Amino acid sequence: MQMENIYRQEWGRALSTLIRLLGDFDLAEESLQEAFTIAVERWPQQGVPANPSAWLISTARHKAIDHLRRRQRIELRDNEELIAAAGAGAEYVESLEAPMQDDRLSLIFTCCHPALAQESQVALTLRTLCGLTTEEVARAFLVPVPTMAQRIVRTKQKIAQARISFRVPDHHDLPERLEAVMLVIYLIFNEGYSASAGDNLVRRELCAEAIRLARLLVDLMPDAVDVRALLALMLLHDSRRPTRTGPNNELVPMEEQDRSLWDQEEIREGLALTESALRNGPASSYALQAAIAALHAHAPRATDTDWPQIAGLYAALLRVSPSPVIELNYAAAVGMAHGPEAGLRLLAGFAATRELSDYYLLPAARADLLRRAGRMREAAEAYGEALRLVKSAPERQYLMRRLGEVTGEHSKL
Amino acid sequence: MQYLLLIYGQESFWGTITDAEKQKIYKEYGDLIQDMQKAGSYKGGHQLQPIATASTVRVRNGKKTVTDGPFAETKEQLGGYFLVEARDLDEALTLAARIPSVRDGSIEVRPVVANRM
Repeated sequence: MQMENIYRQEWGRALSTLIRLLGDFDLAEESLQEAFTIAVERWPQQGVPANPSAWLISTARHKAIDHLRRRQRIELRDNEELIAAAGAGAEYVESLEAPMQDDRLSLIFTCCHPALAQESQVALTLRTLCGLTTEEVARAFLVPVPTMAQRIVRTKQKIAQARISFRVPDHHDLPERLEAVMLVIYLIFNEGYSASAGDNLVRRELCAEAIRLARLLVDLMPDAVDVRALLALMLLHDSRRPTRTGPNNELVPMEEQDRSLWDQEEIREGLALTESALRNGPASSYALQAAIAALHAHAPRATDTDWPQIAGLYAALLRVSPSPVIELNYAAAVGMAHGPEAGLRLLAGFAATRELSDYYLLPAARADLLRRAGRMREAAEAYGEALRLVKSAPERQYLMRRLGEVTGEHSKL
Repeated sequence: MQYLLLIYGQESFWGTITDAEKQKIYKEYGDLIQDMQKAGSYKGGHQLQPIATASTVRVRNGKKTVTDGPFAETKEQLGGYFLVEARDLDEALTLAARIPSVRDGSIEVRPVVANRM
């Protein structure tokens, strides 16, 4: 439906400018909502105006001024300033030729300010920039709606009361602040991509929103090479999404996925962006992860996968952002590149340090290598260990299946 | 807008450094205050005497109790404060990041409630 698309396109853009003009999240949201309601009534019949953003902002601004005049009987000075600001915005809005992209950049940096709790950054970004309703955000994160509503209210209060300015950070703060923004985008994507229980429809939306945000950032900050790497990484992961789960919501490992169903357009774009990022920027964590994803995407069949290169990239990734999870992935890649025993030797290091003792992927990775090495009894033990730690249903089913394979029994599900 | 910058650190740290290092830190504070004064950000500040000198008073149900020590035992102790005028939180955070104690302690940045006429 056309209005749906217009909403998607214009909400974040119009809201950002209104927040700047009015200096008030709630007032901006409220008045924009009213403007949209009018648009929904009129535009299907009268046609969409040549510049929908300008119309929305202008209409919303007038609604806001009405609200402020009504409020003025109760509160005083602040509202005068706001009305003046809203009035001054008139020339800006009417002389609209250039798209108001700067404001969305200000909004995303404001939402992702490090002084806000991470989960608050994520919630506010989704609510304001992406235009998700509070209910949709709550559902995405499996949180009760009142809890999410409170979280968002408190976040806006903190922004107002601590006076977090609505602007793009100064040059010296920019790298650190951009890291925070990219992390929020990455978290949103991972939430949508993860296999844990939840509404599949909403989760698909989250991946789409994260990609949309990254595209916006690439547009508005063309010199930020790492953002391109992040976009590449997400596109490459997203290209596999249709094949990651089977008809019964069971997990399908990469080697069994039907590669003909991988989204080739996303892969093409992802590969190009990965190449560009590696050529023009440092081998950052996102760039290396994108390169690994690119190697998988590049292989026409699972057996064509360039595992030695992947192992090398994981080794590089370990130097850039060491973590137990990456060590695990490195060991698995080494197992594929140089034989299961090599991978198992690396994993043995974990048993020694007792890291990841609650993380089911460690025994699962060990089990997988043992299975490939033909050591079925030990593999069964390791799958059993993983089953004791696994949390989500699809992953549990997958492990049960593997357990059945190594014990020669086929479990009925 | 005004912010209170609360300077927390481990008091024991002061005992582990040399006199020369202490002088260096005092000079840094002095330079920072001068800079802030020039910029019009400085509204006040003091170093506090150690928590061994603190006393805490409470009145509950009309009964006053005085106890020895700070209001709570904490890993880092309040050692001083600055009251600053800043355009927004980012400016206050930038100032706070220049306080010498930020390197081994923590600076809490709290907006001050504006008085309404």
